[in-house]
Amino acid sequence: MLRGLRQPFRTGVLLLVWTWLLALVLAPNLLVIGASFLTRDPGTFLSLPVTLENYRNLLDPLYLEVFLHSLYMASITTLVCLLIGYPFAWALSRVAKDRQLLLIFLLIVPFWTNSLVRTYALKLLMATNGLINTGLMELGLIDGPLRMLYTEGAVIVGLVYLLLPFMILPLYSVFDDLRRELLMASHDLGAGRFRTFIHVVIPLTLPGVLAGVMLVLLPAMGLFFVPDILGGSRNLLVGNVIKNQFLDARNWPFGAAAAIMLTLAMALLLFTHRLSQRRLGEEGDV
Amino acid sequence: MTRWLPRAYLALVYLALYIPIAVLVVFSFNDGRTGYRWGGFTWRWYEALFTNDAMMQALWNSLWLAVSAATLSTLIGALTALALHRYRFRGKKALKGMLFVVMMSPEIVLAISLLSLFLLVGVQLGYFSLLLAHVTFCLPFVVITVMARLSGFDESLPEAARDLGASDFTMTRTVLLPVIMPALLAGWLLGFTLSLDDVVVSTFVSGPGYEILPLRIYSMVRVGLKPEVNALGSLLLVFSLLMLVLSQWILMRSKR
Repeated sequence: MLRGLRQPFRTGVLLLVWTWLLALVLAPNLLVIGASFLTRDPGTFLSLPVTLENYRNLLDPLYLEVFLHSLYMASITTLVCLLIGYPFAWALSRVAKDRQLLLIFLLIVPFWTNSLVRTYALKLLMATNGLINTGLMELGLIDGPLRMLYTEGAVIVGLVYLLLPFMILPLYSVFDDLRRELLMASHDLGAGRFRTFIHVVIPLTLPGVLAGVMLVLLPAMGLFFVPDILGGSRNLLVGNVIKNQFLDARNWPFGAAAAIMLTLAMALLLFTHRLSQRRLGEEGDV
Repeated sequence: MTRWLPRAYLALVYLALYIPIAVLVVFSFNDGRTGYRWGGFTWRWYEALFTNDAMMQALWNSLWLAVSAATLSTLIGALTALALHRYRFRGKKALKGMLFVVMMSPEIVLAISLLSLFLLVGVQLGYFSLLLAHVTFCLPFVVITVMARLSGFDESLPEAARDLGASDFTMTRTVLLPVIMPALLAGWLLGFTLSLDDVVVSTFVSGPGYEILPLRIYSMVRVGLKPEVNALGSLLLVFSLLMLVLSQWILMRSKR
């Protein structure tokens, strides 16, 4: 009797959840994988025959250049985020606990606010008649306006500005777990500050670094609106290519192939991350 | 090591994060005509915003979408979290895996996969397609929020309820629901904000019949600098901030 009452609820819940995820997560993803092996068709978007042409086209020098340039900008973005974020996370973990909460809150506020609006705010600062140029000219430091907007640098600044919190948060969590006794032990054993940093701090914070890299590097290649607003037509990201193929050129198979390359890159990073975590785990719980 | 150096560094990074936002808000009140010189205080950009019919329509569309997407994703997300927490069933790992995929895969990949699905199945692009897409990307966040709350939950309570003869449904309503309420509210607010701020997915799955705010802003800022955008951006910032403070307050209060 009791079980009879229990089952419909359970069945209903599971049915709803499975239906949603299968229809709106699994099916669309399989569709994209399938599309990447099909041929472009102006009418129905996709048609036979099955082909590897789309993946071959990714190696076309024209696109290859865009992908490599995109990877380059994303890598610089990740590096800058790491260089800013690493000392930041360390400093944050040393602040008194009650103040840490407020500081972390201040860090996630930007994450909650519209990223488009924040990118636009950067444009206000960097435009030819923007605040930085006007200010510098009024101070007499420069004669004419500097060209900041529509450069590679502008795109990187935009990406760093949007993605920095994603680097800092995982780094903060590893620094927060870093036990001070370990540093003292290293000191007692005669290691200097530099050796302690190389042999103790870096290995222990490595999982945080990898997690941060994962959360910055790939999203940095997809945020197509950043180059649209700050970068002009020469500093495109993979995201811009995918968007153009799907919305303008209507070449789904090629867009799908580009998206799958991006997903595979993500999977590779995740795999490395898992592997490194397992290795660190095996080295003994320190 | 000196104590002030790390603090000065923290302060510097926070300044860099907040200066652009502050500039945006300040200049939304700027009456200057040329360039970005201060030309006195004005409300006029806000007035221009509120008298712009297309803009107000986009605002209402966005708010309605965010409310419905947040509500639906909270409902489905909470049920998913309950199922993952309480039931043993086949494919549990696969279910978790799919939620993980949604969270980790680049937004643009989710966007094109949903667009492909909608066009091939014949879902008309507009409110409905946006709703399905927004619920999908909000779902994992709600599930995580509710799961976190459930993991700290005393398992003997539902057992006791069941021993006293409560059905699963009754137990959920009278024992579990009050416990997870704060997580539901926080999840709803998170979903609302995610939906309201989304640009990437919406760019792909929206249709001409249902214009929403982020896309309208997008088409405006691509062209150049527009003072109305400063005003609109400031409003959105304040709005998101209120939501965030509210959700954190709810979560903090429930922890005591």
